[in-house]
This record gives sequence, C-alpha cells and structure tokens, in this order.
Amino acid sequence: MIEVSHLTKRYGSRTAVEDLTFTVESGVVYGFLGPNGAGKSTTMNILAGCLAATEGQVTIDGYDIFDQPVKAKARVGYLPEQPPLYTGMTVREYLSFVARAKGVKIPALDAELDRVLAVTGTVEVADRLIRNLSKGFRQRVGIAQALLADPSVVILDEPTVGLDPLQIVEIRQLIRSLGKDRTVILSTHILSEVQTVCDKVLMIHKGHLIAGGTPAELEERFAGRATYHITAKAGLAEAREALEPVPGVLDIQAHEDDAGRCRLEVSVAGEARDMDEKLSFALSDRRIPVLRLEREQASLEDVFLALTQEADAPNETVKGGRRHDGHL
Amino acid sequence: MTAIYEKELDSQLNGLTGYVYGALMLLFGGIYVMAIHLQGSIDFTTVLGSLTFIYLPGIPLLTMRSVAEERRQKTDQLLYSLPMSMTKIVLGKYFALVTVMAMPLAVLSLYPPIVNGLATSGAIPLKAAYGAVVGFFFLGCALAAVGLFISSLMESVGLAAGACFLVMLLLYFLSPLTSYVSTSALTSFIGFTVLVLLLGVILWRMTKNGGFALVFSLALEGGLGVCYALWPGKFGGLFADVLGQLAVFDRFDSFTYDIFDIRSLVYYVTVAAVFVFLTVQSMERRRWAS
Repeated sequence: MIEVSHLTKRYGSRTAVEDLTFTVESGVVYGFLGPNGAGKSTTMNILAGCLAATEGQVTIDGYDIFDQPVKAKARVGYLPEQPPLYTGMTVREYLSFVARAKGVKIPALDAELDRVLAVTGTVEVADRLIRNLSKGFRQRVGIAQALLADPSVVILDEPTVGLDPLQIVEIRQLIRSLGKDRTVILSTHILSEVQTVCDKVLMIHKGHLIAGGTPAELEERFAGRATYHITAKAGLAEAREALEPVPGVLDIQAHEDDAGRCRLEVSVAGEARDMDEKLSFALSDRRIPVLRLEREQASLEDVFLALTQEADAPNETVKGGRRHDGHL
Repeated sequence: MTAIYEKELDSQLNGLTGYVYGALMLLFGGIYVMAIHLQGSIDFTTVLGSLTFIYLPGIPLLTMRSVAEERRQKTDQLLYSLPMSMTKIVLGKYFALVTVMAMPLAVLSLYPPIVNGLATSGAIPLKAAYGAVVGFFFLGCALAAVGLFISSLMESVGLAAGACFLVMLLLYFLSPLTSYVSTSALTSFIGFTVLVLLLGVILWRMTKNGGFALVFSLALEGGLGVCYALWPGKFGGLFADVLGQLAVFDRFDSFTYDIFDIRSLVYYVTVAAVFVFLTVQSMERRRWAS
C-alpha cells in the first residue's frame, strides 16, 4: 500500500511533478502512463526513495519514505530505467550482493537466490558475467534484483523498453504473475502494455495526474460516444425509421448498397447501456434481417490523446479523438 | 554495511587497482629497504618516510572509482534505494579502501624482523619501526577519505583521478610551498580569499546551487574583510600557520624521528572522519538534485 499526497518535485525552476496525490492498493498491478518527460521516472524515483521531494508525503505500508527511509525502503523493490548492474560480476554474485545489502541473512541466501532466479527465468545465466548478457537477460536480472528480500511493493520503470517482441511477452507474463501476491507499479508510454498487464492505470501528463481507474473504466468514462457498424437487409429509409427512436442513438449515417442492403454508422452515447440488444431488437421488430452488427469502442489511446490535448489546451473542447477498429 | 564492504573489496581485488597499488608499495618498499639497509643503516622509519610519495599515485588509483564509477554505471540508483543509511554505505566503501591499503603494509611489516635476522651488526629497533608503520597507515587512512570525497564530487572516473592527484600533489608539497608564502597580513588576506573561493567551488559542486554557494562565499569573504580591517595585525603569518596545519604529510615526520605521536594519529582520524562525513553529505545532496 502506497499513499502519495501533494507530491511536488522541482529542479531549480523546472517543475517535474506537481501536486500528485494518489493511493496504490495492495495486490494490484498499476500502470503509470504518460508521454516521455511527463514525470513518470521522477515520481518512481521518489517512491523508491532515490530522490527527495520538494514538497509532499509518501508512505509505504505506513512508513514515511523521508522520515523512516530504511523501514520504508525495505518494503520496496525498484528497477530504475537503466538496470543498476555491476557488469563485472556474475549474475549470482550480483544478486547475492544485493540480497545481503537488503538484509537477507546468509543461511537464507541460497534459497532466496534460487527463488528469484527461477521466477525471472535467469537460472541458465546465473554463473555468467553480466556484461556478456543480452539486453533481455539484463532486464530480467534487474527485475530479479528488485524481487530480492520479498518486497511488498515492486516498482518497475519502463521494464520492457528495448526488448524484442518475444522478450516483451515474457516480461509481461512475469509482471502479471508478480501482481498476484504483491503491488506492482510499472511505468510505460506504450498503451498496449497497460491494457495487457495492468489492473489500474494512472495517467500522468506534464507532472499532473490527469486520470485514474481501470482501463475499461477510463475507456467508458472518457469515450464520448461509441459507433456501431450495422449492415441490414432493408431500404435506407426503413432502417432509419427503425433505429432513430432507440434511446441513446445520436446520429445515423447511412449508405445504400446495390443488392437491397444498407450499411449504417450509428453513433451512440458512450454511457448508454445494452445498445447491442436495443439496436438489434429495433431492427428485428420490423422484421429487418441484421447481417452485421459491430461495436467500435474508443480505445485507451483515444482517451489518452484526448486527455493530453485537453491538458495542453484547456479552453478547447475535445470530442472523442481519433477512432479505429477495436483495441490496440 | 558488510555487504558493501565485501563488494568493494572484491571489486578492488578483481579490478587490478588493488594489486597495482600493492605492487607499487611493495616494489618501492623493497627497493628502499635494500638501499638503506645495504648501506648498514638500521633506520626502517626512513623507508616509510620515503614511501609516502607512493600515496601520490596510489590514493587516486584506489579511490577514483569508489563513487564516480557508480555514478557512471548508474548503479548509484541501487545504493540510494537500499534499505541502508548512506553513512553505512560510505563507511563500507571506506573500510574496504583502508583494508586494501593495509595489505601491502602487512607484508612490509615483515621486513624489519627479516632484516634483523639477516643482519650481522645492529638491529632495527622494532618499537620505532612499528610505531612508524601505524603512523604511515593512519596517514593513508586520512588521505583515502580525501580521495573518497573527491570521487563523490565527480561524474567521471578520469576526472576524479586527476583532481585527486592534484590535491595529493598539493598536500605533499604544502610545507615547502608554505615557506615561500610571505608572512605579511595582506598575503594572509589574499590567501584566505583564495581558500574562500575554493570552498565556494566545492560547495557549488556539492549542492549544484550556484546562488547559495555565491552568497555563502560572499558572506564569508565579507566577514574576512571586516576582520582584516579591524585587526590587520593578527593576520601576519596566519595564512602560513593555517597551511602548516593542513600539511597532512608533514604530520608523519615525527614518526620518522622515532616519536610515536598520538596527536598526529588523532589529527589523521579527525581528517578521515571529516571527509567521510563530507562524502555522506555529498551523496545525500544528490537525492535533492540529480
């Protein structure tokens, strides 16, 4: 459990993070989402105790990171943007150093090393020098290091950057499995990562928290409208007549086909419920055969674009954003 | 702390620097022992007195990587996130340095009894010899703390080595240089002004806050100016005296005259403590402005 209140960090005159307040519950994978330079790394550095804040408070499991840093940091495992590896050591040497520095006692050391090596899939490289490892394995060793001494909070700063697609999939699976029994916070600017890995999202832009919630919630809350693509075996006017009275329908764009079919693009309000059923019933009540009915939801990417644009130009009202098929 | 200590010791002994330092010490130690004792002298303390110059390349060699390398490799992030106080981390590093320095000295300590066993006439007075070994070790401890601090101010290992070597050189030749300093009040004033300037630069490097360093230096300089205007008489020779106090190497001289000087040992321990403390502060400052 992490509680952040009114966190502000300034570098001289530049403000990296301003008045950030949020709570991170236990047993959840949190995604920190934002463009490059949004203040993600700064925030994570502060949460991990590597950086002092200008103002504000951070408590980890009830311990203040600034007043009781040793107790607070003992509960956190941290992988910075660049894995902090001593390249001249073997993986096992490195991990045993970190484990001992985190207070793992010698009798328990071997078991602890074997545990993190197994979890991160680094058993086969355990006795190799870190400088000879590929980027994917280095990243895993970095994660292994964060998992030592069984922290209740794991903070990963852009854990999949620079990895090949297969490695990305593997690391994501690893993160998901970590999230089962502890809190994981990861930062990313890749939206698909958030959707596949995270239970909750915190969107941050120019040092401000602009939105928070589950990916689905965000999509629903911020998608102004959704679009249905409908193909029906009927005349244009007939179909229009059937659909226009349905509550929640905002707009109907129609195109007539040659073979007595029409294609419709029906815009519905984002908060309207059960539109799939309502639209198909409306058509079938008039005995119009429905050949295709597909919902296109605003994706997290749309939400993100909309929100960042909104934050940049607060006077401008942004509608919906860009749309495309399905999810990312 | 033991984890940091062991890791640092390991990196010194795997990374050649520890061996190069030991080799330098033993090579020159061996040459001096041969040269002096072949001439029939029984004065082991002069061997150590001559050996102090090995600290000039030795201290930068041992200390340059201590903090600067962590910064370069970004492993300092790991140190900052460890559930351990910065004091313990710095002390772990410092004790590892001191251990590496003690190793060749332990070998050198075997020489007096060996020479005594082989000698046909006269024997090295062991008490004076080991007194000097202790003094020599404490001198090294004080210098290592200075080197550690310099390393903590620098971003690159090369820069740390260069700056450390310059400081060592300055400290080594401080007393001959002091004799060139005129004892006039004005010289003292100018000398202190230079010191204030130096302090300002160090402060600026540590805090990355130019304004604060400037204000601090100006305030100090202002105070200095007022004192100089009020009591110019007190300034005569004062700078030379202060420089004399800073001459770390000269404190070892008494050991070469067979005097086991407790005051010098206290002085060395104080210097070491001050610079270890400053290193901790310099590391802590990085949390504020990275």
